[in-house]
Amino acid sequence: MISIKGVQHQYAQQQPIRFKDWQISDGEKWLLLGESGSGKTTLLHILTGILKPAQGEVEINGTAIYQLSAKKLDQFRGQQIGIIFQKPHLIKSLTINENLLLAQSFAHLPVDQQRIDEVLESLGIMAKKDFYPATLSQGQLQRVSIARALINKPALLIADEPTSSLDDKNAAAVLQLLMQLSDLNQATLIVTTHDKRVKDAFTHTYELI
Amino acid sequence: MNTIKISWKSIWAKPLSTALSVLLIAFGTAILTILILASHQIEQKLNNNSKDIDLVVGAKGSPLQLILSSIYYIDFPTGNIPLKDAQEIMHNPFVKRAVPLALGDNYNGARIVGTDSNFVALYGLKLQEGKFWQADLEATIGANVALNHHLKVGSTFYGAHGLTENKDQHKEHAYKVTGILSEQGNVTDNLILTNVASIWAMHEEGESEKSIGPETDTQLTPQTPAKSNEDRELTSILIQYRSPMSVVMFPRMVNQGTNLQSASPAMESTRLFSLIGVGVDTLQWFAALIMLIAAISVFINLYNSLKERSYDLAIMRILGASRGKLFVIVILEGLILTIVGTLLGLCLGHFALQLIGSYQESSQAKLTGKILLSQEAYLLVAGLAIGIFAAIIPAIQAYRANISKILAKN
Repeated sequence: MISIKGVQHQYAQQQPIRFKDWQISDGEKWLLLGESGSGKTTLLHILTGILKPAQGEVEINGTAIYQLSAKKLDQFRGQQIGIIFQKPHLIKSLTINENLLLAQSFAHLPVDQQRIDEVLESLGIMAKKDFYPATLSQGQLQRVSIARALINKPALLIADEPTSSLDDKNAAAVLQLLMQLSDLNQATLIVTTHDKRVKDAFTHTYELI
Repeated sequence: MNTIKISWKSIWAKPLSTALSVLLIAFGTAILTILILASHQIEQKLNNNSKDIDLVVGAKGSPLQLILSSIYYIDFPTGNIPLKDAQEIMHNPFVKRAVPLALGDNYNGARIVGTDSNFVALYGLKLQEGKFWQADLEATIGANVALNHHLKVGSTFYGAHGLTENKDQHKEHAYKVTGILSEQGNVTDNLILTNVASIWAMHEEGESEKSIGPETDTQLTPQTPAKSNEDRELTSILIQYRSPMSVVMFPRMVNQGTNLQSASPAMESTRLFSLIGVGVDTLQWFAALIMLIAAISVFINLYNSLKERSYDLAIMRILGASRGKLFVIVILEGLILTIVGTLLGLCLGHFALQLIGSYQESSQAKLTGKILLSQEAYLLVAGLAIGIFAAIIPAIQAYRANISKILAKN
């Protein structure tokens, strides 16, 4: 269960942005729609616990995340929220395997090599396990970043414009992968996009005005 | 994944700028290590060798030269003094112990010293083998001499005129080794000891047959071949005072009342060290400057990589790393750079000094890199401090970074 209630945020010397209340049940798949500048990124950051809203409450699985201490919030995010960015953004100095190990240890979870292998296998990038990010293609990197988001079996999986830089074929593949994997890991999925190709796959939409 | 590994891999992802920082730190540390080791060894050698000697009396000339030749056996002697004058000094009531020295010959670079049993008492010499010299042409040799020249008890060798060369040998008389000193850790390890009469014997007979060049004239060479006690000469006398009173009275008495000069090892050593000290100071500043540049290089290295990696750090936060964790990661990067650099510098310093030592000709002042001093720990501490100092600003930036802003930019 994820809910936001009365959330409002204001950047310095700008009009405050109001977000309508939002309830998400476990395992639902939502599309977050909005033009650029409508506050999509802001809402996403608020949901992930890296931007404290000026007002309102964000609850994830019964935890009011902005009432946690900074350190606890970081840990909570590491364990409960997986994020996939538009670009993969892996740590360049570490191998694919080490990037995933990093996700486990930063979340204060025990090292679980079996889980890493399992996720890499399911995404078809097991062969690249000990390679550095610079040697992988863009599509492979995007899959690694999906693997990283899933590695800790998060309750909430957020994908920020995951398809915008991909062609039709890849976009459809990534979308299908996200759907599948969130089912498999029993994660709630939120996808932000302005990509028309994506819209049809979702029944729930939250639109920003 | 532990934090050290993350920092380590992040540093070596940029091998060139990392190598530059490490090298700068290593270079600065190496210079400081050499300075610390060398000045410690020189100071120790100076003190060890002049420990119980209050005054040296010899021919007029440079007091420093007198000290160098009679205590450290590195320079040429100032000249000779008449035995008659020397004996007057030796029997002076201010004097507790007087050790006569007759120098001027060598065996393959090891100086032959004509002296008496007071020399043994003064330096507290002990034998590892054989006995002390007694009769003429008997010699007791230092531990290093025995080792380097493969001499044993019973071996014989010819002394040569001069202090370093082996050209002008006294072929008429061979010395016979009667004893080998145990290692003393001072200048006596490199000396050949015999009685004064042996030195006299060498030169009285050799004189008529050999012409002695002006260069070697300053050594113990009686101007005329004479056998009477009156014309015999010594090179210098080492003196221990009977009472502290003598410190004031005795040197003045020697310098003004006789044709001789006196020199205090303590004073001359201090003077010598202050002369060397200027060079040491300059080098120290130079090394400190290099360390400063190294610190700046580490700072720039971290600062730049932080700008490039701001997104990486934001991702780490997304993955659950706390602000404190990022702070530690950046500080560790600085520390790893400087610790690696400092350790490398320490090794380099020891190695370089050992190399310098192996090229040194004078065996008396040989330096070695094979010792460890407690001061070197300070270098390590200094390295740590530089690492923290250079990393603190980038680390604070990483700590304060607003990840929402960084992520929104892309």
